[in-house]
Amino acid sequence: MNRPAPRLSFTLNGAPAQVAADDPTRRLSDVLRETLGLTGTKSGCDAGDCGACTVLVDGAAVCACLMPVARVAGRSVTTVEGLATDPAMAGLRAAFLRHGAAQCGICTPGMLAAAAALLAANAAPSPAEAEAAIGGVLCRCTGYRKIVAAICDAGRPAAAPAPPPAGAAVGARMERPDGPPKVAGADRFGADVWRPGGLRLRAVRSPHARAAFALGDIGAWAAATGGVAAVFTAADIPGRNAMGTIPGYIDQPVLAERHVRFRGEAVALVAFEDDGADRDLSGFPVTWTPLPALDAPAAALSPGAPALHDARPGNVLAAGLVRRGDAAAALAGAAHVAEIRIATGFVEHAYVEPEAGAAWMEGGTLVIRACTQAPAMDRDETAAILGLPPGRVRILPSAVGGGFGSKLDLSVQPYLGLAVLRTGRPARMTYSRTESMMATTKRHPAAMTVRAGCDAEGRLVALDFDGVFDTGAYASWGPTVANRVPVHATGPYRVPHVHARARGVYTNNPVAGAFRGFGVPQATIAVEAAYDRLAEAAGIDRLAFRRLNALRDGDATATGQVLAGVGIDACLAALEPRWQQALAEAAAANRAGGPLRRGVGVASCWYGCGNTGLPNPSTIRIGITPGGRAVLHQGATDIGQGSNGVILQIAADAAGLPADAFDLIGPDTHLTPDAGKTSASRQTFVSGRAAEAAGRALRAAILRQANAGEGARIALAPGAIGIDGARRIDLAALPVDADGYVFRAEATYDPPTSPLDADGQGVPYALHGYGAQMVELSVDTALGTVALHRITAAHDLGRAINPTLAEGQIEGGIAQGIGLALMEDYLPGRTENLHDYLIPTAGDVPQVDSILVEVPHPEGPFGAKGLGEHVLIPTAPAILNAIRHATGAEIDRLPALPHRVLAAIRAAGGAG
Amino acid sequence: MADYIRPATLADAVSALSAGPCTVLAGGSDLYAATGARGLSGRVLDVTALADLRGIAATAEGIRIGAAATWAEVAAAPLPPACDALRAAARTVGGVQVQAVGTVAGNLCNASPAADGVPPLLALDAAVELLGPAGARRLPLAAFLTGPRQTARRADEVMTAVHIPAPALAGRSAFRKLGARRHLVISIVMVAARVAVADGRVAQAALAVGACSPVARRLPAVEAALAGAAPAEAAGRIADAAVAAALDPIGDVRATAEYRAAAAAELLRRAVAEAAG
Ligand SMILES: Cc1cc2nc3c(=O)[nH]c(=O)nc-3n(C[C@H](O)[C@H](O)[C@H](O)COP(=O)(O)OP(=O)(O)OC[C@H]3O[C@@H](n4cnc5c(N)ncnc54)[C@H](O)[C@@H]3O)c2cc1C
Ligand code: FES
Ligand code: FES
Repeated sequence: MNRPAPRLSFTLNGAPAQVAADDPTRRLSDVLRETLGLTGTKSGCDAGDCGACTVLVDGAAVCACLMPVARVAGRSVTTVEGLATDPAMAGLRAAFLRHGAAQCGICTPGMLAAAAALLAANAAPSPAEAEAAIGGVLCRCTGYRKIVAAICDAGRPAAAPAPPPAGAAVGARMERPDGPPKVAGADRFGADVWRPGGLRLRAVRSPHARAAFALGDIGAWAAATGGVAAVFTAADIPGRNAMGTIPGYIDQPVLAERHVRFRGEAVALVAFEDDGADRDLSGFPVTWTPLPALDAPAAALSPGAPALHDARPGNVLAAGLVRRGDAAAALAGAAHVAEIRIATGFVEHAYVEPEAGAAWMEGGTLVIRACTQAPAMDRDETAAILGLPPGRVRILPSAVGGGFGSKLDLSVQPYLGLAVLRTGRPARMTYSRTESMMATTKRHPAAMTVRAGCDAEGRLVALDFDGVFDTGAYASWGPTVANRVPVHATGPYRVPHVHARARGVYTNNPVAGAFRGFGVPQATIAVEAAYDRLAEAAGIDRLAFRRLNALRDGDATATGQVLAGVGIDACLAALEPRWQQALAEAAAANRAGGPLRRGVGVASCWYGCGNTGLPNPSTIRIGITPGGRAVLHQGATDIGQGSNGVILQIAADAAGLPADAFDLIGPDTHLTPDAGKTSASRQTFVSGRAAEAAGRALRAAILRQANAGEGARIALAPGAIGIDGARRIDLAALPVDADGYVFRAEATYDPPTSPLDADGQGVPYALHGYGAQMVELSVDTALGTVALHRITAAHDLGRAINPTLAEGQIEGGIAQGIGLALMEDYLPGRTENLHDYLIPTAGDVPQVDSILVEVPHPEGPFGAKGLGEHVLIPTAPAILNAIRHATGAEIDRLPALPHRVLAAIRAAGGAG
Repeated sequence: MADYIRPATLADAVSALSAGPCTVLAGGSDLYAATGARGLSGRVLDVTALADLRGIAATAEGIRIGAAATWAEVAAAPLPPACDALRAAARTVGGVQVQAVGTVAGNLCNASPAADGVPPLLALDAAVELLGPAGARRLPLAAFLTGPRQTARRADEVMTAVHIPAPALAGRSAFRKLGARRHLVISIVMVAARVAVADGRVAQAALAVGACSPVARRLPAVEAALAGAAPAEAAGRIADAAVAAALDPIGDVRATAEYRAAAAAELLRRAVAEAAG
């Protein structure tokens, strides 16, 4: 065989490039990232399934992970870095920013490349053409609609938008401040930064759901295998070999000791030399003794089942209860009772960025740069595992390519810390797609039974909810799910008699943890189905039924909390016009006959923002430099949801300064005060309140210094602050504090709540957000397939701090709700990749009409409430209700795959 | 790390094959997806520089599709209406990125039961051409595919072309693919139907179903039932029971076996209605 030439020449982003051709079959993506340092091209699966690695080869969009580098010899390769400097692409980049088409931004390079190929052939594509062009690129954040809109709008001239003036940031469609690097491919995610010459870590993971194991002669294996620098096992962990998120529930070994409790559990960590060689773990000496696994809660709860954890005989991790009135008696006396039994499966977060990070020592400090939603928790947990004081661990969150709850838990951090601490050398670790899916948390499967009753007029009288949630092998956020679900079980409706229970049960399944909504989306599927049945039984329009029962100001919830600022009826009312029209259109279409049946469904949500009855403070700091810049220390990690914009907009208006007077210092546990975790839809509310207070305090300090009145206008100028355009404070004359500021304000906010008592009574949240969505669809009654036509989503967010970001959250949440309803089912060992585990593509999200409802809450910053989790809650129940409206089919197991829908249609005696 | 060769002539390709086992690499969309490594390993023979494997052209006997023609090329080729199913299938193999590199030969040689290229080519009576040190040979596609991920290709052979005989270019064809999402989806069931109408009657019907048996199949008994039907009535002659009897579906994470059989019959009716209409 002829050996190829030692160098391989091609054109890269318009300039000649050469790489060593030592392995001509290396993936182009690997060569671009590792050899050429062009980390703008992302790697989400290495299997063609995600499209994040899309680049242009001679103008055609291809997956760089499927292309042997030899194949580009003599050809022209364009990556996102090349598109970033291409004037012809300026319009596309500007449109992405204008439309908010990049949220986390991890899919953006691939989206831009796919769009560029289309636009080169077709400068004014239709939405359908744009959708087809990006059909092979997955996005988990946006719901695709804004991406399609941006591509179709790329022809508009790319004028830089005027920033909102002082006092007008809140409510403005301001472009996200971290957007430009995202559309230039310059944002650096977990896998994009590493120190050369270090170590590359790989975990040895269990192929069995439950097994005992014994490690063999690791020294011999390491000696026989090239490039092994070190191998670590449980015995090497200097501190606590346990991780978890909730005190009292820290039960997951970092490295298992003698037996494993789920498929994917790590038993050893191998540090390879990071020298470019392809290393693998084959032959690693471990002997598994598989044991019978508890594969479902029913098995784990059966008498005599072995306990997964000695501390919890019976396998119940946590149980939540809310009891008010006498539900059993009220149901017995109700005019109508509906009963629903429904089960959901494991749902994978499927962010496009698998967990990744790098770490190194800086003096005596261990620096870990990784993707995360909770930097301060990472620091404290990692320090405990490594036996270090927290001050010696510095967490630098990377740009985060999607989180949705799973990146609240530790992933690579303790492994990186262990290797760096023990070797003194830098290290990096990137999970493969399959590893990410096997090893990290999932949405809890739920098996639910609901009985709901109403009186003859359709007024809800009682709800009995019982949910068993499969929490998998370890606790993670299981207790939070068990507590949140009963509190939210009724939905945003007045129900006088409630008995709601949720149990988290250990099994040998994947660890179930936090996923947008903490169990509430599952519960809502069951409860909103029951309400549809009740409306029908009472002979009331389904939307009218919900309005009749909607919570109003002054009503008490099932926990006895008396509410203010309740926006649910405003949301339902906002749907009314489309609802009537949609029902009429569906009825007309159905009169025509044929296998397609149209249906319309509606469901509501409410969601308490912040921790359930527990403190969860945020602190925000703002300083003014002697040079006359405002610096916002913003510790709320932006995982794509937009905190970097929202917190800035709030702080700017509270301070009375224009948003572009601020520089952002992103989350860094050494530089930013703790703004808590990005979860529970708390950042806009809790960190927003802290930002509002900090902004006002800063303003007050400036006004005091200037002896100016409340209403004075302040403006930053180089070296000075102008007051009312007349006077000025000379900043050079002021003393500078330790952080280099001449003015400084720091504020902490902790929402006022009270813990729940034994019956679940109390004030768990300071405020709630509300929403309602309606879905129009058709069902092919001969095939059981579902086609979504349109989703109208009305969400009360108190005050839309940034309407573009809010719409982006709604559309993205809806896309995840569609996945939950129609296609997503994580089965260990069977759907551990993005080929078999299906998430919605650009063609699966219909037109979404967002209606932003603003019922201010006195506790929220500028009246604002949270939104991030609310948005996915109503989607799946509204879809199921619409399927039933169309066909009578009652789905009892999600996802509603075509075969399940067809079986349910036939069981209901419908067509087909 | 691989020992890589990308010959420009068939002679060089054959000599590489006779020197010992090779992994034949075309678009790479199956091969790269199947490995977690940074590249391929062993001896790799890249066929994409072989001019003889490219191109789609009319020949004296019908149509020749070069084995390394990509799905994007198939979708864009000016083929007769009998090939509409094939072109429709081409547009559903992965997304545009996969269609830009994935090849017909790769799809056939990979021999997945869910390979979308197979039913349309079965309905076109396609034959495949293989070349090795022992020379060239042709096999009907149905004989080439011997089982899930199994073919009659000898280890030292490369597929050079797919031939569609002229008689099979009669009529029109239609393709229907059913999956749980819109793009990038492995078929739960897919069907191809080719119908030729003469004198107001169905003169030829070729029906094939994929993902419902270890290897995609033609359905001769169902085809026979269509013969002589008025075009508008042809679809109605496809009975669920006859379709189910011809298939051997399995239940898996994507669908139950019963569902697959029922959906195949319905999709065949729709494809026939389109092809005959
Ligand atoms: C994201 C994604 C989505 C996909 N979606 C679909 C889909 O919807 N439908 C579908 O059918 N497939 C799908 N595939 C599979 C794949 O793209 C197709 O099967 C494609 O046609 C394979 O062609 P290739 O040239 O890329 O094959 P390669 O990966 O190059 O090769 C595949 C196999 O064929 C052999 N081979 C290739 N060419 C020859 C030859 N000339 N002679 C002998 N042996 C040869 C190889 O050795 C290998 O075993 C998908 C793949 C990916 C990654
Ligand atoms: S990394 Fe290439 S498609 Fe996912
Ligand atoms: S913005 Fe698309 S994956 Fe996050």
